[in-house]
Amino acid sequence: MEQLVEQILEPHFNFWIYVILMMIGLWAVIAKNNLIKKLIGLSIFQTAIILFYVSLGVKEDANIPIKKPTPIEYSERAYDSEADTRSAYAAAEKTPADENADSKAGDSQKKKAYEKINPDKIANPLPHVLMLTAIVVGVATLGVALAIAQMIFKEFGTLEEDEVLKVIKGGEQDD
Amino acid sequence: MLSKVFATIAVVITGGLLLYGVYDFPSFGDPNSPPNAGVEGGADSVSQYFITQTYNDSKVPNIVTAVLADYRGYDTMFETVVVFAAGIAIFCIMRSLGNANDPAREKDEIHSFTHGDHNRIIIGTTCRIVVPIVQIFALYVIAHGHYSPGGGFQGGVLLGASFILLALSSDLNAALKRLSEKNYFALAAIGVLIYAGFGLVAQFLGANFLEYGVLQPILFTDGPEMARSHSMLGVEIGVAFTVMAIMFSIYANLSTRGTLKNGL
Amino acid sequence: MIFTFDFIILIFMVVAAIIALNVKDLLSASMIFGIYGFLICLLWAEMGAVDVAFTEAAVGAGVSAVLFIATVFNTNRKSSD
Repeated sequence: MEQLVEQILEPHFNFWIYVILMMIGLWAVIAKNNLIKKLIGLSIFQTAIILFYVSLGVKEDANIPIKKPTPIEYSERAYDSEADTRSAYAAAEKTPADENADSKAGDSQKKKAYEKINPDKIANPLPHVLMLTAIVVGVATLGVALAIAQMIFKEFGTLEEDEVLKVIKGGEQDD
Repeated sequence: MLSKVFATIAVVITGGLLLYGVYDFPSFGDPNSPPNAGVEGGADSVSQYFITQTYNDSKVPNIVTAVLADYRGYDTMFETVVVFAAGIAIFCIMRSLGNANDPAREKDEIHSFTHGDHNRIIIGTTCRIVVPIVQIFALYVIAHGHYSPGGGFQGGVLLGASFILLALSSDLNAALKRLSEKNYFALAAIGVLIYAGFGLVAQFLGANFLEYGVLQPILFTDGPEMARSHSMLGVEIGVAFTVMAIMFSIYANLSTRGTLKNGL
Repeated sequence: MIFTFDFIILIFMVVAAIIALNVKDLLSASMIFGIYGFLICLLWAEMGAVDVAFTEAAVGAGVSAVLFIATVFNTNRKSSD
């Protein structure tokens, strides 16, 4: 049982759910009759795509993408004297004054002044950035869709798709 | 009924193909997958550059904010423009709706029975206390977006939500008294202008559009890294203006059919 | 990333999505869509995307549910399916 979870379920479960949510959303957009329901389906479709992107950027045992690297010269001294991270933090706070002195010494020296971050231990920030803007733009476009839905309700007195289509087709036959 | 059958068939075929494709995906949480580590034998993934070099380039610990406002500055700028354009579109649609003679207007009179109702005292008082706290938190989120989760989009949405809360708890007029229609559209335009202004100033100083490092003499910082950090803050403030104004305008227009009277 | 949380939240999300689409009352559907937004916000936080979680909590769970409710208030609350 444990083997089943680890080998079959865990590596792809997020991607299965993204496909299932996408199917639910797509089915709602096509088959639901009410326009508000269609918009809820469209929003679910959107979150499915976001789930896909964010799932790709996950790394096992990784931190969130906020990281302030400790300067090397201080951190080495801290490790030598068996000090814990607290002294490393205290050293990190001293850096601005240190940079003032350094800035005249040249850029190349300053760029090497920080410890090397292991990229495998920080979550991939790129999908987060893309999806963050997509969410905000998504709610703005959802507002446009809801405005159009209100316009349709004012014109036809209903939000059901088949009734709206009946009115449109009936009008054509009268002409 | 027939359309539902066809929809089900189409959805099942699409979903089946996608589920079949899922088996070729890298496994969930793999740090060596192509999006995380780049293609084998090819160049490294761009995200690895962001993770290792962001602090050296701009002294910003929050990598997401740095990528959002600096490395992908064009993208964010035009996302802000999209939000602005959506606000204008909603304004145009709803205003054309509201000005016409609307028989459903009478319905609003029935709905507005809560005005002056004593049941609103508890909600109104609570929200009056909560709104300033939300706004101060939103300002903190904008200003501290470099060091903790947050930034212009989140802070802007929170600011807009505080005005929406005010409108929901008492009346739309109470919120419009503090942020009138003329003012929120002005703020939305000013936000986009602040963002584009940072790019244009950089261009006048001889660098590329939105290349903040060259703004060092104007911002009185030591080193181009701090100039990039401070410019990111300025740009986030512009984003926050636009998002706040447009979120409130969307709510105000949608809840009142564009008349800005007798809100929800 | 803790797979147990991941699993539970994803199952709840699918359930919330199906219920939101099958409720006849559109006001309830909007509220359940807000619950869906909160669940997905939990999922982002669990997967380490804190900025996305923050945005989703403010936008997906808060503002978009309010926008749906505003539209339902101005149109029809009943839905045929």
